[in-house]
Amino acid sequence: MAIRGTEIKIQGLTHRYGSRSGVTFNRVDLVSPPGEALAIIGRSGCGKSTLLHILAGILKPTEGKVLLNGTAISAPSPRWVMMFQAPHLFPWMTVSQNVGVGLSFGRWSRQETAERVTEAIKLVELQEFAGSNVQDLSGGQQQRVALARSLVMEPELLLLDEPFSALDAFTRASLQKDVRSIAKRKGFNIVFVTHDIDEAVIMGDRAVIMAGSPGNIVHELDIDLPDPRDRHDTAVQALRTRLMSTFQEAANYKKPVSATLAAAV
Amino acid sequence: MSHAVASAGEGGFCRLMKHRAVQSLGWAVGGIAILATLWLVGGYFIAHNPTTKTFVKFGLVPTLEAFPELWGMGKIQNALAASGFRLGSGLLLAIVIGVPIGILMGRIKWFRDFTNSPFQFVRMISPLSWMPLAVLVFATWNGSIIFLISIAAVWPVMFATAAGLAKVDPNWFKVARNLGARPMHILTKVIMPAITFDVLSGIRLALGVAWIVLVPAEYLGVTSGLGYAIEDARETLSYNHLTAMVVTIGIVGYFLDSILVALIKRYSWHRGN
Repeated sequence: MAIRGTEIKIQGLTHRYGSRSGVTFNRVDLVSPPGEALAIIGRSGCGKSTLLHILAGILKPTEGKVLLNGTAISAPSPRWVMMFQAPHLFPWMTVSQNVGVGLSFGRWSRQETAERVTEAIKLVELQEFAGSNVQDLSGGQQQRVALARSLVMEPELLLLDEPFSALDAFTRASLQKDVRSIAKRKGFNIVFVTHDIDEAVIMGDRAVIMAGSPGNIVHELDIDLPDPRDRHDTAVQALRTRLMSTFQEAANYKKPVSATLAAAV
Repeated sequence: MSHAVASAGEGGFCRLMKHRAVQSLGWAVGGIAILATLWLVGGYFIAHNPTTKTFVKFGLVPTLEAFPELWGMGKIQNALAASGFRLGSGLLLAIVIGVPIGILMGRIKWFRDFTNSPFQFVRMISPLSWMPLAVLVFATWNGSIIFLISIAAVWPVMFATAAGLAKVDPNWFKVARNLGARPMHILTKVIMPAITFDVLSGIRLALGVAWIVLVPAEYLGVTSGLGYAIEDARETLSYNHLTAMVVTIGIVGYFLDSILVALIKRYSWHRGN
């Protein structure tokens, strides 16, 4: 499975849902080099998920464009694959069938499909469940299947929309590490949206903070930490604190009244 | 020694009786036995009442005796072949028309709004009331009967398909498109497997309706089929032949329904079914 990264160029991207709706975000510009893991963080309603859907080609921008190695994104493609908050697996299929479903939409021979599916299932460590119906798996295992389903397409860009937010803390931590490690090994780009500062620090090479209405990128922070990353490591903790204060500053964060009163007492 | 063998045999029997399939079969056989007993008792009273004595051949024993006779004459086989052809053609037509229209109704809101009232209106018309019109329009009796079966069976297939599609998770379409699916892939890889259970449930209902319409439709005009065989037996006063054909209708209907129940179980992906 040979996967390569891509250069992402977002140029003057503006979006509104309809002529009567307000602007979701206005003239967003961003460049991400090949192989980068980019975290997009921000409060609800600043347009993070909309930006991700445009990157996936599921939504169209009102103005501006997104270029992947110079090619404009205008529709979904196996080259840029999105992983959603819930796995949305096909419940009538086994793990293998779900993982290979994207290949069945293309012109892949049975042998090539079988080889790639086996490799993708191995990457997410679900070999023993390959023949099981996906309804028999836990939430974390189902999300692993969704990850394998994306990876089997050998995308240049993997987009993740809060993919682990519905999972328990242990499963979430394990998947965060796995996704980063697979992406680094294979060299593809990741762009992920999250509300979780820890997730941004553990998974990202860089975090961009979106804020305002209409939204825009107001800050960015390099997460220059060695792998593997441990959330209890002091360097990780320090970067987490820095990112949190940048996020609060960017979002024009005001302390809750209860906290202000407690400080005064 | 023999006591031990008997105990082991009893234990095996108890274990067998605890098996769900064996229990179901036991209940089914019990139900049929009660029905047969009631028929037998009814036949006895008919036979011993001077005013009803003429109809003694409606009883269980004469009916059972008629089966080998009818089979030997080839009447059951011929009737089943003629009725089976009409039923199969009518049902196939209902599926070919009902499933695509049901998919459109489930997928496109304006189409559903546009078609709902006229479809509900036509659905409420008794299928047999189309008979005079069908006889005028179609050149053959077979054509008329197939039309009647189709118009009776199309609604359950169509509405079950539409209802099944309305329950499909829209995120599956988003995922499929995201992985490069084209409209034909979405139809064959997502929509059809997702709604097979509902379509088959609709076909099961349609089969019941079609089976009900088939027999009275065959009372008119045609010279073959189960309905004709019953009408012919009535006219020739062969009452045991008449009841034997009625029982055949019940057996074949039950058999076809069982096939569909098995298919529904096979293609259902819903947990708990």
